[in-house]
Amino acid sequence: MNASVKDWVDIGAAEAIPLRGARVVKAPGGDIAVFKAADGSVFALRDRCPHKGGPLSQGIVHGHGVTCPLHNWVISLETGEAQGADKGCTPKIPVRLENGRVLLLATALMEAGA
Amino acid sequence: MNTAMSKQRLVVIGNGMAPGRALEKLLEAAPDAFDITIFNAEPRVNYDRIMLSPVLSGEKKYEEIVIHGDGWYIKHGVMLYKGHKVTKIDREARTVTSEHGVVVPYDKLIIATGSSPVIIPVPGHKLAGVLSYRDLDDVHAMMLAAAKPGSRAVVIGGGLLGLEAAVGLKMQGMDVTVLHLMPHLMERQLDSAAGYLLQRAIEERGIRVHCKANTHEITGTSRVEGVRLDDGTFYPADIVVMAVGIRPSAGIAKDAGLTTNRGIVVTPDMRTSDPDIYALGECAEASGQVFGLVAPLYEMAGVVAQNLLGGQAEFHPSATATKLKVTGCDLYSAGDFAEGEGREEIVLRDPMRGVYKRLVLKDNRILGAVLYGEVADGPWFFDMLKRSVDISEMRETLIFGQGYQGGASADPMAAVAALPDEAEICGCNGVCKGKIVSTITDLGLKNLDEVRAHTKASASCGSCTGLVEQVIKLTLGDAYNPAAVQPMCTCTDLGHDDVRRLIRAKELKSIPQLMQELGWKTSCGCAKCRPALNYYMVCDWPGEYEDDGQSRFINERVHANIQKDGTYSVVPRMWGGLTSAKELRAIADVADKFNIPTVKVTGGQRIDLLGVKKEDLLGVWADLNKAGMISGAAYSKGLRTVKTCVGTDWCRFGTQDSTGLGVKLEKFLWGSWSPAKLKLAVSGCPRNCAEATCKDIGVICVDSGYDIHFAGAAGLDIHGTQLLGHADTEDETIEIVGALTQLYREQGRYLERIYKWAKRVGTESIRASVIDDREKRRALYERFVYSQKFAQIDPWAERVAGKDAHEFAPMADLGFQHAAE
Ligand code: SRM
Ligand SMILES: Cc1cc2nc3c(=O)[nH]c(=O)nc-3n(C[C@H](O)[C@H](O)[C@H](O)COP(=O)(O)OP(=O)(O)OC[C@H]3O[C@@H](n4cnc5c(N)ncnc54)[C@H](O)[C@@H]3O)c2cc1C
Ligand code: SF4
Ligand code: FES
Repeated sequence: MNASVKDWVDIGAAEAIPLRGARVVKAPGGDIAVFKAADGSVFALRDRCPHKGGPLSQGIVHGHGVTCPLHNWVISLETGEAQGADKGCTPKIPVRLENGRVLLLATALMEAGA
Repeated sequence: MNTAMSKQRLVVIGNGMAPGRALEKLLEAAPDAFDITIFNAEPRVNYDRIMLSPVLSGEKKYEEIVIHGDGWYIKHGVMLYKGHKVTKIDREARTVTSEHGVVVPYDKLIIATGSSPVIIPVPGHKLAGVLSYRDLDDVHAMMLAAAKPGSRAVVIGGGLLGLEAAVGLKMQGMDVTVLHLMPHLMERQLDSAAGYLLQRAIEERGIRVHCKANTHEITGTSRVEGVRLDDGTFYPADIVVMAVGIRPSAGIAKDAGLTTNRGIVVTPDMRTSDPDIYALGECAEASGQVFGLVAPLYEMAGVVAQNLLGGQAEFHPSATATKLKVTGCDLYSAGDFAEGEGREEIVLRDPMRGVYKRLVLKDNRILGAVLYGEVADGPWFFDMLKRSVDISEMRETLIFGQGYQGGASADPMAAVAALPDEAEICGCNGVCKGKIVSTITDLGLKNLDEVRAHTKASASCGSCTGLVEQVIKLTLGDAYNPAAVQPMCTCTDLGHDDVRRLIRAKELKSIPQLMQELGWKTSCGCAKCRPALNYYMVCDWPGEYEDDGQSRFINERVHANIQKDGTYSVVPRMWGGLTSAKELRAIADVADKFNIPTVKVTGGQRIDLLGVKKEDLLGVWADLNKAGMISGAAYSKGLRTVKTCVGTDWCRFGTQDSTGLGVKLEKFLWGSWSPAKLKLAVSGCPRNCAEATCKDIGVICVDSGYDIHFAGAAGLDIHGTQLLGHADTEDETIEIVGALTQLYREQGRYLERIYKWAKRVGTESIRASVIDDREKRRALYERFVYSQKFAQIDPWAERVAGKDAHEFAPMADLGFQHAAE
């Protein structure tokens, strides 16, 4: 595949993500959801709910979690694990904030979706 | 094979409440001891027969009263033959045979055939429409009759069952008459003055009560047409419900040569004259008595379960207590009221408060107690009755109840606190106070639902709920508040109503401010509370509050419905279900241009474009906007559709312009947000082709104007509407609908549909505000009109113009797509 030379890919300014919201990044391995929590911290997960593949980027963000829009599973932004009684995990994508820019780990973008 | 051979075969005839309980106990103690087969004449699983009255009145659904669902039988490996009546017990061959020819051998047999209702053999008693009140089929037959507008019912028998049936039928909208043979209602328990109190309470519900009514005949040719009394009085009727008593079903036992009398005679160990055959429930006669209440039957069930496992338990009947299960009509009765040598009575009457209490005593011990109007002391009297407590010391004040004894205060909590551990709290399930307390402490239970699940207390007829809550409160102290409101979510202890009140009182105008002021326990709420709070703010501060998109569910955030594959559906408004060639052409063009896979006519009289990619939404909307169409809000907790029929424009029956009024209403209401979705319909005549009587708000045009209905639904629950009032003109209709919508917006809890709100606050209070009090109505209407100034902005046009652009484009496109897309 067309692997990037850099380890980290710049996907845009952190400002572009609404607080308590998310944006989608189209990537070779499938969509990635990049979240910004109320405290400003940024997380990235595969945009696929471990339940039935719901787009987590479209959910409601609260604390360090997101509620899936399809059937209301709550997924931890920190670990990708489903919370409470539900079981399942969504792959986490390493993310870095640098000078207001959001960077994702290039190799993680290549891996096929969960 | 081996294990099956060694297992004993247990067969049960009848699947009522008594054997249901016996099997629970048996399976709990020894899950694998028996191979169990049940035959039930009724074509269904085991359900709570006691709760048929709430099903009849519409307060509960059948599903809610099921005790053991199909899964229970599967889980426990029990074979249940539904709709199989057992016609023969062959004691030689040790088999039973069902009417469909199934033969099953047994090692042990339980006969639990219950009772059959007594049908008085007056002329006409076999006509169609003569019903009894015993099982779900009876309830269905009654509800079917009640569904016919203006239908009439006569209930023969003014006992507990007859009165419950009458009240249920009345609540279903029937005209109801109760015929009672004796001079006053419940003559065994009540004296004439108290019988009169009860009669008045029943009549206040709009039910006719005729005492000293001796039924002469039921008239009709093929169906019931009415009931004639000996004195010539005639009551027309579409159904006649006989609730005059029950008779133990002992027929098959008798045929099998078992000893029977009134019921199937059993020894204290619950065995019939054949030691391998038990009789259980209403069909059994123990110590010369038969029973018609579940508490003793549940005791029998425990005895049978133990003895099947080799135990030596015995059943000895004790007194029973019962309550009339009619909301707002408190009647409690326990023990024995027959006249007898050496019996005395103490009676307290307080006509002002409508209270009546009567105790029957013998040798300073309570034999019977009946309480009307104020029943809190019932369990206290009943406890002393069962324990045969000598009451001579408190005789003077006994009738005033527990609050007056031994210096204890009149505080009901103190009364419950004073109850001994053995005091029975839940009569149906035989649960005493000590058991509830120890279960709460052992398992760390916190609320009524948990206590119900673990102890079964108040899980049957529910009339002891208040007492159970007091026991919980006593046990948990401040950690429990019986009036506890359900918190909005785990982020707060406040309920919806408190939050709404505080939003207004403290003028809270943003979600962060609210969470700060009201001490939210999480940093920024959750997916349950944030959408609710956002709605409350939108409703309470029109023009001031800035909508928080991040607190809206995705559909409302992007103004389209998310689908299971992550694409969206787009539903443009078609006012009142009207469309035009131009609109249809624009829809067709958009479908072609954006490759939209499915175009469907919805149940809401408009067209749905399904499978639109998120990136295409703006393009689709721009094109639809150009043809004059706006968002149909098919996703919103807000106004959805106003369905119409063709009305006077075309229909030969139309009385008013229903289409035109529907369009006006939709143009007036569109864009508004409400606690849950809001659907309307306008029908041009009572034929009701727009199905207005199952909508949140429905208008039915009539010659004299407009009947305004509300509180219907046809989704998860099916509810016909109630009539709210009448309007003479279109303008008045629009004002009433606006006021009603605003009242609902202001009082409804988030996600509470109109019918649930109406049930909670009461139709009367709503009618008072939007029909009777003109000033209030006008003020509500004006508040609604004001808030519409800010709500009627097409969200699609806003987004086409650039609002929330981040929602519709990826943040970055790294160039190549996943192959599987
Ligand atoms: C499209 C449509 C089915 C159709 O193809 O006909 C439909 C589709 C959905 N309905 Fe419906 N309902 C549709 C008419 C109805 C009707 C009929 C009616 O309105 O006359 C009802 C029964 C009437 C009622 O509401 O009482 C109905 C009762 C429900 C319910 C149960 C609501 C309840 O409170 O009991 C839900 C679930 C909910 O809202 O939580 C629901 C939910 C849904 C959702 C939103 C499910 C979801 O959350 O994704 C579906 C969205 C599909 C989509 O993206 O378009 N839909 N739904 C109809 C759209 C009507 C419209 O033009 O806006
Ligand atoms: C409307 C109503 C309200 C009530 N309210 C109260 C109340 O508030 N408090 C209270 O304590 N009690 C109340 N009761 C009484 C209570 O429901 C009964 O005492 C209890 O259900 C009897 O249980 P059971 O198992 O003996 O018989 P049932 O529950 O009557 O079950 C007998 C079952 O056996 C089936 N059957 C009969 N013959 C055969 C056969 N040959 N083969 C196969 N199956 C057969 C019948 O179809 C039936 O399903 C009420 C009853 C009714 C009808
Ligand atoms: S009935 Fe309504 S909610 Fe259910 S699948 Fe059909 S459209 Fe969806
Ligand atoms: S797909 Fe996410 S909860 Fe079902």
